[in-house]
Amino acid sequence: MKPAGPILVVEDIVKRFDTPDGALTAIDRVSFDVAPGEFLAVIGPSGCGKSTLFNVIGGLIDGYQGRVSVAGETVRGPHAALGMVFQEESTFPWRTVIENVAFPLEIAGVAKAERIERARHFVALVGLAGFERRYPAELSGGMRQRVSMARTLASEPKILLMDEPFAALDEQTRLLLGDKVLQIQQELKQTTLLITHNITEAVQLSDRILVMTYRPGRVKRVVSIDLPRPRTSEIVSSDAFGHYVAQIWSDLREEATRGMQDAEAHSRRERATP
Amino acid sequence: MNGARRLAAKLAPPVLGLTTLVLAIILIQILIEAGRINRFVVPLPTQIAASFGRVIAEENVLGRFLLTAGEALAAGVLLTVVGIGLGVLLYRFRLLRLACETWVAALASAPLVLMYPLFLVIFGRSALTMVMIGFVAALPPVILKTIEGLAGTRRVLIDVGRSFKLTQAQQFWKILFPAALPSMFVGIRLGLIFALINVVGVEFLINFGGLGQLINELAERYDLPGTYAAICFVVLVSVCFFAVTGWIERWLRPAD
Repeated sequence: MKPAGPILVVEDIVKRFDTPDGALTAIDRVSFDVAPGEFLAVIGPSGCGKSTLFNVIGGLIDGYQGRVSVAGETVRGPHAALGMVFQEESTFPWRTVIENVAFPLEIAGVAKAERIERARHFVALVGLAGFERRYPAELSGGMRQRVSMARTLASEPKILLMDEPFAALDEQTRLLLGDKVLQIQQELKQTTLLITHNITEAVQLSDRILVMTYRPGRVKRVVSIDLPRPRTSEIVSSDAFGHYVAQIWSDLREEATRGMQDAEAHSRRERATP
Repeated sequence: MNGARRLAAKLAPPVLGLTTLVLAIILIQILIEAGRINRFVVPLPTQIAASFGRVIAEENVLGRFLLTAGEALAAGVLLTVVGIGLGVLLYRFRLLRLACETWVAALASAPLVLMYPLFLVIFGRSALTMVMIGFVAALPPVILKTIEGLAGTRRVLIDVGRSFKLTQAQQFWKILFPAALPSMFVGIRLGLIFALINVVGVEFLINFGGLGQLINELAERYDLPGTYAAICFVVLVSVCFFAVTGWIERWLRPAD
């Protein structure tokens, strides 16, 4: 049987921004594809253009060179097949958990009773059954991110795009939420693209990891993660896991160092400017 | 046990507020009786309390209360609709906002009540004059707080809307409007205070209409306890507005 073609194709993306110091190339000729059901992580140091790439793929910014296509269709602006989970806390504070999760269904015009029923399923899927009537202000940061994830899943996207969704959480919560993501991915066979700077998270969750260079962001290496599935956070204590973490860190270290030096030089220039 | 503690925590603020008010009144009573405050300028609180029955019975307070409250409410409805509308317009069109925002802010601090002769010429010696002066004087805070609320909507919430392909109208009604509601309500509350002050002020100045006219008449008669009692009814109008706006806000945004 012929293997299914990629569901997401990113071809030669170049994105430049105008800054007071001149044009800045955030990402430069980035190309990759994602197969149906695959979990791909994009990892790189701060300033490598990860979030820019997230916004380009999600259709939130334009004015770039190259092409993004979903199932053969070129993405021009936000696309129904792409569901986005943001780094920043993004639940609607004026809506309860169930109302937040039912939001995309409400926009799609699904009748109230049906959308509540379907939203309830996704609330349970992220492990928040019993919290349906709570407001985001009554939940922890990790629970709020799960609400955001459930809301995106409720729109039943073909591809789930996540931009460092657990960046603001502590390491233990992050590992446990990683378990939850693995469980959801297993259950829904959800194609997922995760943007992260956390090596552990990337190895724990992914089938492949795309390592990016520091500014301008380019693809440095693609690492296939050959760890058994289904996985849990227990995998982090295995030798193979440690091997992958070390391998990726050796790729990232040089880039992260470059990023730090650049930030220090920038800071010195700022201080020197009267 | 938890329920009792929650009830106590809920009741503590209003009880503390009322106790403070009662203590302040008792203190004023003591200071007046001790001759530290001139009783010909500030009457005894007990005299004010005793004058309530007389003022209600003889001065048609209920009718005047309803007239002043009605004028302020009409101004409030107008300034809510027009103020929020203008705020949205200025938020939506950046050039318009840059051109007008400073003028609106300047208008907020202008003593518009002094323009009452102009309003009298335009609208006549009628309730419409009070409504219009209350409306115009109270418009700037509603406009400014609406712009502030809309502009302060977190970028990520707007991006969530964009990622779900919301139309412009959906983006406004489902995200921008609810996100800006708390700020809008601050503007509306400020606006209602401005409107009430201007309505009562003009009633007082032109000796026409509701509670402002009553305060004027009682002061002219040198009925100080009655004057203060009438002022208490103006405060009551304000309290009613605050209670109603608070209730509407909780209804629109139960999470807050």
